[in-house]
Amino acid sequence: MRSNTYTLVFTSIITIILGFFLSLAASSLKDIQDLNVENDMKKNILLSLGFEQNEDSPWTSDEIQKLFDKNIEGIVLNASGQKTSKDPKDIDTVKDLEFLPIYIKKENGTIGGYAIPIAGKGLWSTLYGYFAVEPDGRTVKGITFYKHGETPGLGGEIEKDWFQKNFIGKQFVNEKNELLGIQIIKGKVQSDDKEAYHKVDGISGATMTGKGLEYFLKDDLSKYEPFFKQIRGEHG
Amino acid sequence: MALLSKKSKKAITDPLSTNNPITLQVLGICSALAVTVKMDTAVVMTLAVVAVLSISNTLIALLRNFIPTKVRIIVQLSVIASLVILTDQVLKAYMYDISKQLSVFVGLIITNCIVMGRAEAFAMQNTPGKSFLDGLGNGLGYGGILIAVSFFREILGSGTLYGFQIIPDAAYSAGYENMGLMVLSPGAFVILGLIVWVHRISANIEEE
Repeated sequence: MRSNTYTLVFTSIITIILGFFLSLAASSLKDIQDLNVENDMKKNILLSLGFEQNEDSPWTSDEIQKLFDKNIEGIVLNASGQKTSKDPKDIDTVKDLEFLPIYIKKENGTIGGYAIPIAGKGLWSTLYGYFAVEPDGRTVKGITFYKHGETPGLGGEIEKDWFQKNFIGKQFVNEKNELLGIQIIKGKVQSDDKEAYHKVDGISGATMTGKGLEYFLKDDLSKYEPFFKQIRGEHG
Repeated sequence: MALLSKKSKKAITDPLSTNNPITLQVLGICSALAVTVKMDTAVVMTLAVVAVLSISNTLIALLRNFIPTKVRIIVQLSVIASLVILTDQVLKAYMYDISKQLSVFVGLIITNCIVMGRAEAFAMQNTPGKSFLDGLGNGLGYGGILIAVSFFREILGSGTLYGFQIIPDAAYSAGYENMGLMVLSPGAFVILGLIVWVHRISANIEEE
């Protein structure tokens, strides 16, 4: 049996060595990891706005940069929906609650849609994604998620095509322009339901994830509502 | 002269077949069920486990005469945990999409019984060279089963192999459908059960 001093010294040395290598790795790989995260964000903005990538040859990071720079303009709104001079890169969506980043798709000078970041609690984790709106300010153009920790196969289905395609073409306001959000119901939406325009099919086994998403989506939309109200006004 | 001594050879070949960590010792089942929907995730997971297992075995074997017995488990654990975090960081930097799909499972290599099992059972008593081979063998034995399971799950569940479509479109228009069960975890149970059965019969192993 070795002495306690030996044990203490040994464990301290091991800890210092391992800690040194880990921090070395973490700091030297940080730049490339950050770039990956940024590209992933841009990719999700593009996907939510209806850009499609070929399944067999996904976009390279250069292609993502190019597509994004060419087609997307990021601006920041204030709480009353007015454009500010800030850059979306400088906005921390968790902290800067009074500033709202929004990404606008430009097609030959006309607007092709708007994407807003959405985030909130699902069942186990915070979900992060983008929600895209058609130029009319009331119809859903797309939704994507780029980060979540829900159970694969249950809540994790939110990242699947079938669930995200559900949202396309739905409306989050009623005829009186009141914000309804999108309801995620249990089971399938019945086609004879008069309210079907703001309802989507739920995920079986993931009711709580759906409820969370429904709640924070409406919350996020309500922040952007002043802006979308103007847009709807312009469209009559 | 043989490249490897008989005993070293045994350290690497045993876990591939007669002492396979998954089919015989039934270790590491959790990740075998989780990451085998597609072959690409299974292959990356295999590489990650092989890397962690062989390096951790080597390091533990190098340290084996210096590690105080009363804290040996925690020392093994910190070596393994550091390697796993390192692997995770590298994947995040260079294989971002796959690391997203593997999500928590790379981190969970720490809890994979194979890794600590080999450190405690083999690396603590053997030389670094042999321990490295033992780690390599066990990693490959684990990965072989992982890739076999994912092969069946991907072709039956998605009609593809490594992302390439295998089942022709003509079959789909003739009424063929992908087997949804294979994409979900229960599909892995079925396939893994069958593989264990076939392997035990072919290796002629009897329960004692």
